[in-house]
Amino acid sequence: MTTPSETAAVQAPEALPVVHPDRLPLLLVPALALLALPFVGSFSTWVTLTFAGLAMGMIIFIIASGLTLVFGLMDVLNFGHGVFITLGAFMATSVLGLMTAWTVSGSLLLNLVAVLAAMLVAMTVAGGVGVAYERLIIRPVYGQPLKQILITMGGMIVGEELIKVIWGPQARPLLLPTAFQGSILMGDAAVEKYRIIAVILGLLVFAAMTWVLSRTKAGLLIRAGVQDREMVESLGYRIRRLFIGVFIVGSALAGLGGVMWGLYQQSVIPQLGSQVNVLLFIVIIIGGMGSVTGCFIGALLVGLLGNYTGFLAPKVALFSNILLMVIVLLWRPEGLFSLGKK
Amino acid sequence: MSEPLLKLEGVHTHIGAYHILHGVDLQVAQGELTVLLGRNGAGKTTTLRTIMGLWQASQGTIHFEGADIAARPTPEIAQAGIAYVPENMGIFSDLTVAENFILAARGSRRIEDMDAERLEWVFGLFPAMKRFWQHPAGLLSGGQKQMLAVARAIVEPRKLLLIDEPSKGLAPAIIQNMIVAFRELKRTDTTILLVEQNFNFARQLGDQVAVMDGGRVVHAGTMADLAGDEALQQSLLGLSLAAHQ
Repeated sequence: MTTPSETAAVQAPEALPVVHPDRLPLLLVPALALLALPFVGSFSTWVTLTFAGLAMGMIIFIIASGLTLVFGLMDVLNFGHGVFITLGAFMATSVLGLMTAWTVSGSLLLNLVAVLAAMLVAMTVAGGVGVAYERLIIRPVYGQPLKQILITMGGMIVGEELIKVIWGPQARPLLLPTAFQGSILMGDAAVEKYRIIAVILGLLVFAAMTWVLSRTKAGLLIRAGVQDREMVESLGYRIRRLFIGVFIVGSALAGLGGVMWGLYQQSVIPQLGSQVNVLLFIVIIIGGMGSVTGCFIGALLVGLLGNYTGFLAPKVALFSNILLMVIVLLWRPEGLFSLGKK
Repeated sequence: MSEPLLKLEGVHTHIGAYHILHGVDLQVAQGELTVLLGRNGAGKTTTLRTIMGLWQASQGTIHFEGADIAARPTPEIAQAGIAYVPENMGIFSDLTVAENFILAARGSRRIEDMDAERLEWVFGLFPAMKRFWQHPAGLLSGGQKQMLAVARAIVEPRKLLLIDEPSKGLAPAIIQNMIVAFRELKRTDTTILLVEQNFNFARQLGDQVAVMDGGRVVHAGTMADLAGDEALQQSLLGLSLAAHQ
């Protein structure tokens, strides 16, 4: 390969326009927390509520992150995502039910192994069911939004009924292992241990996703595919295979989120997924469809706002998430982080 | 005469209810730069997209290196050795220039895996790419984005480049420099099918030319013949080269 002569080089203007990174949405979470402080009054109550909100937000993020990528990559609106949450939660009741001796032992190690086993099984089963779900329900309706909405809602109903057939229609307890119960005192504030664990786990999932998306070729392809899937295909990559991979991971993460949500509520019901579904769509719309960072911020905002308003004005809590979405969309019609999708 | 690298015979393309291509016959010879000229709506972009499999041909054959690729999916066509630079450039604006390059280099997982000599050659053609290597592609100017789009297509050797209106919206100085870069590409025997509306740009680069109108190729021949025949230009394109100078 010869080096082109100087004259062959295409010259271009030297400078790039200075554009500051869009950090404003990142400030919303601390701003909301600080704004709530004078209304809550008591600092210790505020700390407790903030941890509860962050924990709930992290769990919602884990569940919703796959959903936002699935939409971003293939414009697929999966209203059946909730099935994987419920499935994960019910799998956890079965696994932890078999390991009761370990969960009540008081040994942190045995408790951890039991919970990790439940999470692993829930993720594997949810991911496996995700493969069949994508093949049977999603694939026939690519590019047909109305049919997608109808068939995935149908999938949600069928999935829920199948869960009732397997585990029964009643609520099933999903108790926290002994070592995860109780609270830690931070000054005068009592913070439940499990909420701290949920926050840490949520941060780990966010960090892992950020790393994969920014440091691996698969991650680059996902980010590129969210922007312009046609161009990714023109470069020689099979976007459908990538999508199937993302769908499986998204389903598995929903299963993990189901375990965490079940442990948070200490019981699970077959309607868990359909109840959470609306919240998930609010979160990914607030964040900007297809944006993982937006989904993360949106989930934390929803979690915090739900807890603050639940404490301060329970009636407002019924519609606070919708209100938040309206305000965000009035400010940024494409959500907090627009991806400039083609 | 040897078999052309790319050969379209009787290609029809429908987009929804619209019948866009009405039996396109086109040949692209190995190592030559063929320009596809024509008015707006003549079917030039549709021809490139049909070759690339982004829109499926409803009738006809598209042979690349002797194999019919008309029914193949886009990724397979790209893997066969065809690179595509769309009219909108197809830049991933949220990704850096480097990340755009890595995606185009299918055989490389990281920058370090890329062919360093080839990369330096590309930087030699488009120095702005090296300068803005770690910058988000969305911040580049229109000309720089076009350079990135072309650079991305040649970051690994490809058998055929399909390039859609590379001069569109660019300042004259940038267009002139782009011509220099294309000449360098021609010097390396790269086969190119170039869609253009800028006849002056096309005239300086083209070996062969095909003129489209109403979804068909209505003239095919050498660029030298068309450039030297004002009457032919008037009849095919409704303009003459003189009007562009």
